[in-house]
Amino acid sequence: MMEVCNCIEPQWPADELLMKYQYISDFFIAVAYFSIPLELIYFVKKSAVFPYRWVLVQFGAFIVLCGATHLINLWTFTTHSRTVALVMTTAKVLTAVVSCATALMLVHIIPDLLSVKTRELFLKNKAAELDREMGLIRTQEETGRHVRMLTHEIRSTLDRHTILKTTLVELGRTLALEECALWMPTRTGLELQLSYTLRQQHPVEYTVPIQLPVINQVFVTSRAVKISPNSPVARLRPVSGKYLLGEVVAVRVPLLHLSNFQINDWPELSTKRYALMVLMLPSDSARQWHVHELELVEVVADQVAVALSHAAILEESMRARDLLMEQNVALDIARREAETAIRARNDFLAVMNHEMRTPMHAIIALSSLLQETELTPEQRLMVETVLNLIKPIAVVKKLPITLNLAPDLPEFVVGDEKRLMQIILNIVGNAVKFSKQGSISVTALVTKSDNRAPPDFFVVPTGSHFYLRVKVKDLGAGINPQDIPKLFTKFAQTQSLATRSSGGSGLGLAISKRFVNLMEGNIWIESEGVGKGCTAIFDVKLGISNESKQSGIPKVPANPQHVNFAGLKVLVMDENGVSRMVTKGLLVHLGCEVATVSSSEECLRVVSHEHRVVFMDVCTPGVENYQIALRIHEKFTKRHQRPLLVALTGNTDKSTKERCMSFGLDGVLLKPVSLDNMRNVLSDLLEHRVLYEAM
Amino acid sequence: MELVQMQKSLQDYTKSLFLDGVLDSQFLQLQQLQDESNPDFVSQVVTLFFQDSDRILNDLSLSLDQQVVDFKKVDPHVHQLKGSSSSIGAQRVKNACVVFRSFCEQQNVEGCHRCLQQVKKEYYLVKNRLETLFKLEQQIVASGGMIPAMELGF
Repeated sequence: MMEVCNCIEPQWPADELLMKYQYISDFFIAVAYFSIPLELIYFVKKSAVFPYRWVLVQFGAFIVLCGATHLINLWTFTTHSRTVALVMTTAKVLTAVVSCATALMLVHIIPDLLSVKTRELFLKNKAAELDREMGLIRTQEETGRHVRMLTHEIRSTLDRHTILKTTLVELGRTLALEECALWMPTRTGLELQLSYTLRQQHPVEYTVPIQLPVINQVFVTSRAVKISPNSPVARLRPVSGKYLLGEVVAVRVPLLHLSNFQINDWPELSTKRYALMVLMLPSDSARQWHVHELELVEVVADQVAVALSHAAILEESMRARDLLMEQNVALDIARREAETAIRARNDFLAVMNHEMRTPMHAIIALSSLLQETELTPEQRLMVETVLNLIKPIAVVKKLPITLNLAPDLPEFVVGDEKRLMQIILNIVGNAVKFSKQGSISVTALVTKSDNRAPPDFFVVPTGSHFYLRVKVKDLGAGINPQDIPKLFTKFAQTQSLATRSSGGSGLGLAISKRFVNLMEGNIWIESEGVGKGCTAIFDVKLGISNESKQSGIPKVPANPQHVNFAGLKVLVMDENGVSRMVTKGLLVHLGCEVATVSSSEECLRVVSHEHRVVFMDVCTPGVENYQIALRIHEKFTKRHQRPLLVALTGNTDKSTKERCMSFGLDGVLLKPVSLDNMRNVLSDLLEHRVLYEAM
Repeated sequence: MELVQMQKSLQDYTKSLFLDGVLDSQFLQLQQLQDESNPDFVSQVVTLFFQDSDRILNDLSLSLDQQVVDFKKVDPHVHQLKGSSSSIGAQRVKNACVVFRSFCEQQNVEGCHRCLQQVKKEYYLVKNRLETLFKLEQQIVASGGMIPAMELGF
């Protein structure tokens, strides 16, 4: 029996070649269809983000079903049961459903997917753009840094040369330039001279006229201007086989003057001079000048201008200061020279005036004196004529002059009349000159031994000589006692002649002193002080002529050897009590009034101008006795008040004598002293005021 | 008679002092200074000399007896004694002082000690003699006589 099976017969026989091909194709399709979702799952699992999962599921399902369909189809090539056909049908139906669903879904999905793609592309573009911009910004920032550094470099120096060199160097580095040059205007302003270049160490100094069109083009604007590499300002390097010269940019650099800086007036308006900065990019590179680079160049040019102006100002002020200093020095020298000249002239005038006036005053004074004496009428006439001749000066001063002659003056004396007259003239002249008012008294007398002791001399008249003393006292300007010693020194003045109304002594007193000394006399001046008048006194030794003896003028006793020491006040200083007593005894025996002291301090305390002699023991060892002599000299500045100083010492060799002399002692005595020795010594001392012989 | 005798012995005594070299002409000077206004001059001076010298000799003994002799202190004393003795004419004392000083300069302690002894010896000698002299003078004066002036010619 042929069983009726529920099998379904395929349409075509299974052996049919076509069937075979279909069979294989179906098989492969199934396999492919099964593997696709696997791949999908695998890759989706791998990726982190996949927003369309449900699409995938749907699509997966569709594929799987399709695959299943084709797989099941394989069984339909041969006789197959109804079940298989059923499954086949189910699968197909399902597949159909899912496919339709998927198809419907894709209608929505695909545009989405496409737009994702678009966005992705967009974002990519944006990112690329941003990258580019980043790069640009960085470059700009880099450049900005360079500018700042450059500016700093430029502004850090005030030296013109350094500023410009630095500028070129830094610019060259920052912008990687091939060449960089600076053209400065010449003095005349008609040409530009190549002053600085970057690469060439010694630029060839050539010039271009300033009126070139290309230069004008650059000078007109403050921007950096691209110029042709072939223009004269850009042809800096020898062209050596480079075909494509780099682009060249030029910018003006204003050169500012001091006067351009007004407070509210930006110098741009008044500036006239520019320098030209030329910058060349490297040849044979495709580089082009970018905007930011041009901006950088402009900024630099401005900075350079400012820095240069600062340098110029500084230079200017330094120069001005140096000039001022020079002028100051010159002025100072001139002033000092002028002062010296004026002083010299004044001194000269003053001395001349003074020297010319002195005799005049003296003449007037003496002529007036002469008038008082008995004169014959002719003589009186002559004297009056003389006075009238010099009346103008006479009128200025009306000083009464009185003359006192001591009664014991010898009538006839022997001496140097001419010089004596000169001395009197000088002194009286001085008296007249120094006195503005008051009177002048002239006194002449014979000096005696009991007169108040004069500074240097104690005179004892001998038989044929006597000492004439002349005192000229005025009530005029007076002299500071401290200045008195200087009066007798030639030309020594206490003040510049020009500043004293009554001039100083000049030569007069010095000459008078010389004459007086020649006459074995002495001259000195006493004054209580400024404004208290002045007394000039001199002693001169004159001979008494025979006629005087005949006329019976009493002689002064001549026995100098036995001078009476009665009442002579002396002071004895000796540390040794015994020898002090002995010395005192000696002196008392001779009639002196003796005071004793036992130490230098006591001596200084006690010694006074009443003591005529001080005897001091100087042989105590270890004590500097001679100091006392110095101290006494200090204490008694007026020499006529100072007591005579005699050293008592145990040895009297030459060195001791010299020592005593050097310390201002007037004599030395050997201990122990005998009476006769003391007597002789004392009388010699008092006569001559110095004693170094009696040993 | 006694007075004349006394005066003679005074003169002889004084002469002997000079001949022995105990005193020198300085003493005569002192005597010359004595007059009516200053009758006791010589004795005053000599008394002072004795006082001074006693003190100095004392100090010298003390100084030289020290462990370490300070010659800087010794020398001034000797100098002073020399000065005093020469002022009154005590010749031998003065000479001894001169020798003393040279030993002081040499810083010779032994020598100084010896000198001190010598000085003391001379000093006591002259002191003794002068005291005797004064006694004689006093006796003469007490007897109403005058002290004869010394002749200078010897």
